[in-house]
Amino acid sequence: MHPDLLSVRNISVSFSTEGGTARVLDDVSLSLRRGEIMGLVGESGCGKTTLARTILGALPPNARTTGTAILFDGLDLLTIDPGDAADEIRGRAITFVPQDPFSAFNPLFTVGDQIFELLRWKSPDRRKFETGYSRARRRTDRERALTLLRRVQLPDPERMLRKYPHELSGGQRQRLMIAMALLPEPRLVIADEPTTALDVTIQAQILMLLRQLAVERGVSVLLTTHDLGTAWEICDRVTVMYAGQVMETAPIDAFFRAPAVPYTRLLLDSLPSGDAPLRGIPGDVPSLLAAPSACRFHPRCPWASDICRSTRPPVSACGPEHEVRCHHPLVTA
Amino acid sequence: MSEAAAILELRDVHTHFPIYNAWGRRAGWLRAVDGLSVSIARGEILGIVGESGCGKTTIGKTIAGIHKPTAGSILFEGQDIGPLSPREGRDTRKRLQYCYQDPGASLDPHWRIGRSLAEPLLIHTDIPRSERRDRVREVLAAVGLPEGHLDLYPHEISGGQQRRVGLARILMVQPSTVVLDEPTSGLDVSVQAIVLRLFLDLRERFGLTYLFISHDLAVVRLMSQRIAVMYLGKIVELGATEQVFSAPRHPYTRSLLAAVPIAGGRRVTRDFVLEGEPPDPTNKPSGCAFRTRCPCAEARCATEEPPLRTLADGIQAACHFAG
Repeated sequence: MHPDLLSVRNISVSFSTEGGTARVLDDVSLSLRRGEIMGLVGESGCGKTTLARTILGALPPNARTTGTAILFDGLDLLTIDPGDAADEIRGRAITFVPQDPFSAFNPLFTVGDQIFELLRWKSPDRRKFETGYSRARRRTDRERALTLLRRVQLPDPERMLRKYPHELSGGQRQRLMIAMALLPEPRLVIADEPTTALDVTIQAQILMLLRQLAVERGVSVLLTTHDLGTAWEICDRVTVMYAGQVMETAPIDAFFRAPAVPYTRLLLDSLPSGDAPLRGIPGDVPSLLAAPSACRFHPRCPWASDICRSTRPPVSACGPEHEVRCHHPLVTA
Repeated sequence: MSEAAAILELRDVHTHFPIYNAWGRRAGWLRAVDGLSVSIARGEILGIVGESGCGKTTIGKTIAGIHKPTAGSILFEGQDIGPLSPREGRDTRKRLQYCYQDPGASLDPHWRIGRSLAEPLLIHTDIPRSERRDRVREVLAAVGLPEGHLDLYPHEISGGQQRRVGLARILMVQPSTVVLDEPTSGLDVSVQAIVLRLFLDLRERFGLTYLFISHDLAVVRLMSQRIAVMYLGKIVELGATEQVFSAPRHPYTRSLLAAVPIAGGRRVTRDFVLEGEPPDPTNKPSGCAFRTRCPCAEARCATEEPPLRTLADGIQAACHFAG
């Protein structure tokens, strides 16, 4: 068995819009091991959500994906039969935790209805092409759901199933979302900014829960976030993206100790901390309709030289498991 | 701090909102701000932090005159501005401005930046057109935007620049005090740092006093000299920022500080203890509002509400056990 559960290889995604073609992902590669929590970090517009959606196969119709492969457990998600992907992969082997637990539920149905609707199609017991929902399967699914609701520390799970989404708080809804993402017993959970809409005390609870569940079930998690603090809390490795390009991939400790790419270094310096003087990155994230050539960070990079404008830097290693795409890495192997 | 130096003083301010049931009958009150007293010295930056629903935005809006206080008084430059009608308050508003969470969204999308910037001058002053134009240019330069931006529409500039425009708009009428409500929410960190620095520069340059409302503790720590921590409509701890951060006295402040992830530092999810969620503000617990989640709550906390009292080193905390 290959150690990588997911391997995204040289993927580019463009969106055709009225204003032209936006290359939202530019030659992105990424790998995720079994049981690992990988943080996908970047500022708004860096393509982290698009990458998550590409893996899920949930891009809007105006998107065009090109590239070598997206291998999930040896299966190429780019060439897989769409019916199989819908039946076996999406929502089952790969599940998704959305950013906003407030709009993810249908307000007209009880939480229980929505959980069983999910389990009817995505329960681990469901056989291929099974369309009915037998009483026996319903019973085991109900037990499974109650156990998991208890595990995510929702009070009184039996009653919880009869509640409507508006009766729950944001934290409870996000716990429920995590439970629902785990119910199909997936191998990979993609969590898109799962705590952005929550308060810090609730965020700490949810992150703790997510990490515990991932570890105890051996599930891999791809967590997108703009918050470096969140990544630091629960990730094993991080990948930093900027304007659709991967800049750096590193183990979490090395990343914070010795960031190797100018962008990452400047990003870490921008974090408000105790008494260090406040630094930001001058300039703005570029429009992807007219993205800068080669390395897209070059217009804002103090280290940029001519080669940064003309040639895209290749992947190079600058430490154990520490890979960068930069002509002028600040740390060398 | 002496009374004379206070530019803005809140005395036991309450802002309550009625809640109506499906039949239009009043079913209760939401006590968003429930007895809040604090004063801000001229030139100071006071930070207000708390989680969503703690009333921090309501207090900002009450000060700005968007909500009327139910009880208590708000003294601004010595005058009680709480009961003023919008017309009477107009003069005060010129000196006391409110900066919305997302200034970009508060710009009219059909107006060029230049027109949006000149509008406050039309409302509050009667200076002639040519002077107006000079003033717009001057302030635009102060917030670090090129003059060419005057002819652009809001959607043509980035989020960080929209914030600058929002800020410039407030500065047009030369306020002495600005209420900044979550001024960095939704900004990327690299841009946030630059916007925060701009706030500090502008304060120097125009002699501003800030009320800095935010849920982001790291940002508040960086910006403010004093900090007020709110929980369910009340201040639970008030003191010099560094003191509060280094030795928080109220159990809520302790939990709040413990919950903030510090990139590259201690990991909070390894030892975080605070359980549960804030109670419904329409149905607050008796006694101390925090007791339902407090790790050191005792029987006394349910019956007796702890007042905000001053401790030995000047920090104020509303807890029976703080000392």
